[in-house]
Amino acid sequence: MNNICVKHLSKSFDGKMVFDNLNMSISGREMTCIMAPSGAGKTTLLRILMGLESADCGSVSGLENKRFSAVFQEERLCEGMTAQDNIRLVMPTLGNQAVIREMARLGLGDCYNQPVSELSGGMRRRVSILRALLAEYDVLFLDEPFKGIDDTLKEQVIAYVKEKTRGKTVVFVTHDRKEAFDMGAGIIELL
Amino acid sequence: MSVEPLKEKHKIRLWAVLFWMIVWQLASIWLDSDILLVSPVKVVCRLSQLMMTAAFWKAVCFTLSRIASGFFLAVAAGVTLAAVSSYFTRVQELLAPFMLAVKSVPVASFIILALIWFSSRNLSILISFLMVLPIIYTSVLSGIRSVDRQLLEMAYVFRIPKLRVVRYIYLPQIMPFFYSACSVALGMSWKAGAAAEVIGIPKGSIGERLQQAKVYLDTPDLFAWTLVIVAASLFFEKIVLYFMSKVVEKCSAMCMGKDE
Repeated sequence: MNNICVKHLSKSFDGKMVFDNLNMSISGREMTCIMAPSGAGKTTLLRILMGLESADCGSVSGLENKRFSAVFQEERLCEGMTAQDNIRLVMPTLGNQAVIREMARLGLGDCYNQPVSELSGGMRRRVSILRALLAEYDVLFLDEPFKGIDDTLKEQVIAYVKEKTRGKTVVFVTHDRKEAFDMGAGIIELL
Repeated sequence: MSVEPLKEKHKIRLWAVLFWMIVWQLASIWLDSDILLVSPVKVVCRLSQLMMTAAFWKAVCFTLSRIASGFFLAVAAGVTLAAVSSYFTRVQELLAPFMLAVKSVPVASFIILALIWFSSRNLSILISFLMVLPIIYTSVLSGIRSVDRQLLEMAYVFRIPKLRVVRYIYLPQIMPFFYSACSVALGMSWKAGAAAEVIGIPKGSIGERLQQAKVYLDTPDLFAWTLVIVAASLFFEKIVLYFMSKVVEKCSAMCMGKDE
C-alpha cells in the first residue's frame, strides 16, 4: 500500500475556512494519528479522505480503488438489528461463531443477540469498533474511536485494535495525546 | 412513544360499541319511523336476508375486485414514482403539481369527468386509484427522505451492496410510513370507490344497491349495504396489511439467504 498524499487541500463551510493549503503524507501499512484541538478540521479531513465530502481545492492521492473501513464519531448502527447482525451487515461472509468469539474478546460476549438499541453507550462503541475491524479493508479510518469507553476497558480495546491493525494502513484522529501514545501511532499535528 | 401503547389507546372497546347500539335503538324507538331511522335489530335482520342471496355476494365481489384493483395499482405506481422521485429531483418537481391537483380536486369532479370519458363499469378502479396514489406517493417519498443519512454514509464507506442497503437501512425506516399510508388509503379507497358507484351506478355493484335504496327510501337496505361497505373495508384492510407484512418478511428472508 502506497502512502496517502494530501496536497494543497482547502475546505470551508459557508465562507468559514476549516483548513487552508493542507499538505501531508500518511504512510501506508502503518498507524498514523492526526492530532489537533477540537474544531481544527480533523473529522472534515477524514470525511474528504473517505470520499464523503469534496474539498474546495487540492488533491488526495493513494486512495484510488481502495476498500475503506471506519469508526465514525457516532456509532452509526442499525438500531433494530442485533450487535452480531450489525457486524455481519458489513461482513456477511463471517460466520456466527467467529463474530461471537471476537465479540467476547471485547467484553460483548453476553449481548451478541441483543438489539443494539438496548446496549449502553460504551457497548455500542465497542460494537462499532468491532464492525470496522472485522470488515475487509485496505485503509481504516478511526475518528475518536475510544470516545465513551470507560478507562478500565479502554486499555483492553486499545490492545485489541493494535493487534488487529498490525501492518495495515490506519488513519486515526484524536485530540487525546495519551490515546495516540498508547496506540503507538506516528503523529501528524494539524495546526 | 411506541406504536403499541398508541394502538391500545385507540382500541375499540365492546362496551362503547354496545353503548352506541343502545343509543341507536332508543333513538329509532323514539322516532318510530323506519324511513327516518331504522333500528339496528331490523338492519341485522335485513342484512342476514341479503346474505342468503347470490346477488348480494356478486355485488360484494364486483365492488371489492374493482376497489382492490385500483388500490394495488396505486400502491405499485406510488412506490415506483416515489423511488424515482427520490433519485431525480426533476421527476419530483414534475409530479408535484399533478399530485397536488389529485389531492385537492373533489372526488365528485373526478367521478363526473370519468363518467364522460369512460363507462361506469370500471369507474371505481380509476377513482380508488386516484385517491390512493397521492397518499402512497407522498408518504413513501417522506419515508425515503427521512432515511438516516449517517447510516447511508456508513453503507457507502463499507461498500455495502445496494440490495442490503435497501433491506437493512431503507426498508425499516420506510415501512412505518408505508403502513400508515396504506391504512389511511384503504379506508379512503372504499369511501371514494363506493361514492363513485353510487354516482355511476354500474350494474351489479354495491353502489347500485345503495342508489336503489335511496330511490325507494328503503332505509333498512341503505343501512345494511352501508354496514357491508364498512365490514368489507375493514376486512380488506386487515388482509392487505397482514399480507404486506408477510411479503416484507419473505423479502428479508430471501435477502438473508442470498447473503449467507
